[in-house]
Amino acid sequence: MDLSLSTRTEGDRTVVVVGGEIDVYTAPKLREQLIDLVSSGQYHLVVDMEGVEFLDSTGLGVLVGGLKRVRAHEGSLRLVCTQERILKIFRITGLTKVFPIHSSVDEAVAATD
Amino acid sequence: MAVVELQLPALPAHVRTARMVCVTAARRAGLRDEFVDELRLAVGEACARAVGLHAQHAPAELVTVRVVDDMLGLTVTVHDCGPEAGPAVDDVAGQLGGTDHADGEDTPDPDVALAVLDGLVDEVEVTATEGEGTTVTLRWPLPRRLTGGTPGTVLSAG
Repeated sequence: MDLSLSTRTEGDRTVVVVGGEIDVYTAPKLREQLIDLVSSGQYHLVVDMEGVEFLDSTGLGVLVGGLKRVRAHEGSLRLVCTQERILKIFRITGLTKVFPIHSSVDEAVAATD
Repeated sequence: MAVVELQLPALPAHVRTARMVCVTAARRAGLRDEFVDELRLAVGEACARAVGLHAQHAPAELVTVRVVDDMLGLTVTVHDCGPEAGPAVDDVAGQLGGTDHADGEDTPDPDVALAVLDGLVDEVEVTATEGEGTTVTLRWPLPRRLTGGTPGTVLSAG
């Protein structure tokens, strides 16, 4: 399955819904999407990863890059993920300490810290 | 001994091809579900690393992936024509941030891939041969060896 991307606005947050596989082949599409959002002034992003079936370190690199871009504008990038097999790679790489990871979009949108 | 061998052009799109073939071969060999997910990610990391190295050093060469099912368990090897591997990085999060380039290049960091493999798979070995590239070897146990099945049992590849 290829990568699917869609965005919607919830209050002052932009929710990016990602589905399918994020790997070395598809990660550039996600990177472009995140760059476009930041370029258009959307600095508070919630990336909903509940529909992601596969994520590798290239995809992680794109998410970290997105985080750096929004932080440069005092923004935020929150992840929504409850899938153990996706969470595992965040734990292995120590990125659970870098990204706020939420169990639902509502929780991520409501978070303010 | 069942063997599946793939030779792939060093293109990002074929990393998925390698994952799918290796997962199918692993399921056929009887690898437990919990290890199949691990194998999918590990093969993806190893192949993305190889594709990235080839893109820099040997774009015309093929990446070789082998899946061997024998007395040792299920062994996947990914051979590339890149230079000798560096040590797996400690600060993966910091290193990952450096791999995301705004200019459109998404070259996987080979050392980050090794760090992920180290954390993911119990049996990982990286060997380098001067002038010939590196081989990443990943190994998982198969249930029949753990339960005292007949050593050397050959699974049909058909």
